Amino acid sequence: MTDLPVPPARFSHRSLSEYVAILLVLALVVSSLAATAPALDKLSRGIARLFAPSGMLMQMFPPDFSRIVPISWKLLETLQMAVAGCFLGLLLAIPFAILATDRLSPHPVVRHTARGVIALFRTVPDLVWAIIFIIIVGLGPAAGVMAIMVDKIGFAGRFFAEAMEETDPGPQDAMRAIGASRLGTIVSSVFPACLPSFTATSLFALEKSVRGSAALGLVGAGGIGVDLKVAFDLFNYDEALAIILMMLVLVIAVEQGSGWIRRKLI
Amino acid sequence: MNAHLAPANALSGSTKLGPVLVVSDLAKTFDDRRILSGLDFALAPGQSTALIGANGSGKSTLLKCLIRLIEPTEGKIEMLGRDVRALAPRDLRAFRAQVGIVWQRHNLVPRLSVLSNVIHGVQSRLSGPRAWFQALAPAEVRAEAMLCLDRVGLADRAVARVDSLSGGQQQRVAIARMLMQRPAFILADEPDASLDPQTGEEVMALLLSLVREKGLSLLMISHRLEHTLEFSDRILGLAQGRIALDLPTADADAAGLRRFFDHEEAS
Repeated sequence: MTDLPVPPARFSHRSLSEYVAILLVLALVVSSLAATAPALDKLSRGIARLFAPSGMLMQMFPPDFSRIVPISWKLLETLQMAVAGCFLGLLLAIPFAILATDRLSPHPVVRHTARGVIALFRTVPDLVWAIIFIIIVGLGPAAGVMAIMVDKIGFAGRFFAEAMEETDPGPQDAMRAIGASRLGTIVSSVFPACLPSFTATSLFALEKSVRGSAALGLVGAGGIGVDLKVAFDLFNYDEALAIILMMLVLVIAVEQGSGWIRRKLI
Repeated sequence: MNAHLAPANALSGSTKLGPVLVVSDLAKTFDDRRILSGLDFALAPGQSTALIGANGSGKSTLLKCLIRLIEPTEGKIEMLGRDVRALAPRDLRAFRAQVGIVWQRHNLVPRLSVLSNVIHGVQSRLSGPRAWFQALAPAEVRAEAMLCLDRVGLADRAVARVDSLSGGQQQRVAIARMLMQRPAFILADEPDASLDPQTGEEVMALLLSLVREKGLSLLMISHRLEHTLEFSDRILGLAQGRIALDLPTADADAAGLRRFFDHEEAS
């Protein structure tokens, strides 16, 4: 009778540095929870207040749709801000992405600069961009459009660059060998290969813009967010719920629409 | 010593018409590793020359050096009367337009139509959106592209997506795109490598018939000895980055070429 093969150890041996790294991560998680997470008693008291007869949740029902017409116009403005900002952002993300791509960038300095700008646009939250653009162009939807545009350059610029980086270099080499210009090579061989990825990223960017544009009004950058803030400030919780439900319908409609387009195009 | 392994006569094959390609003392080094070393040879116009050698002998690197897709480290290349290494970027583009390349992998743009891919060949002499997609191309460019497709027997597949075609058909589209360039010289990097024997034979026959029909010059890499013997006028063998074999195809035989490969793979 032959010996049965011995199964391997359940866990592989780890080095001391790996144990130290695991301990550090655990310490970070525990200390973060201890420093910032709400105390359970406080949380339970807050939830009880929420459900009390005079609490916010009870006052929200039934939602007040009496201002449905002006709210609908504001919702349309929110959608328009999202579409305009997203369109401009996606358009400008393309040159930034080309300059940030290894194979397409004309010079390493340009590439690093473009990557730096994209990273900066992506890192700073859109609410902060909105505040900056309110200072530049004043209160209103224009500041919101600019904030969405910059945020989308950061978001789409990164994904566009990654998509172009991952394309098969063969067709690009063939175009260069034909004697095609740099622009000709990019448009006729890189863009068609990236079309599915570009489409998916653009639709996600639009969904993100619609969700984001609703919040921009909280700092005065136009859209439905202004009405939502006013409703909360005046304790009109039933109207606030109506606004939230209408925003939900808009976001779901955009998500369904973009999902349909994605299925059709990709 | 086997005649096929005899030292190469660098300029054998050149004619009184004057060579279309003269390579002198060409070298290419990658990270201190010498891929090509002191390469000298000349090609006569209207000839089909096969470049053979074991994997890693520098064949593809040589082809790319000839049109500076890879920059040579040393040496001189005179091709179609131009000093290739001295060309400024704009002149290099114009020069490359005269050299058609058929790649081992056809390197077509997968999501585009057959016709758009063929029209890309016109980017050698036409820039801007008119040369990017078939829908934007002028009528005369579309007509010429259809003629090129007809020449390779694929005019009826013009609107099909190129990635819906078989490997052999895609290689034919690549040849049509190369024809659209109106090249004076053709470089072919194993055009038969990814094809089944019969399709490979058909593609090679098509390529050679075009070369003969238009009086072009062809430098092709092939690992298939039967294709080397059937479709070339002259054979150059590359070993350790040097020309180690140079003879008219009429003087070559399969056994001798096989011995050359075996010798190089063993060394």
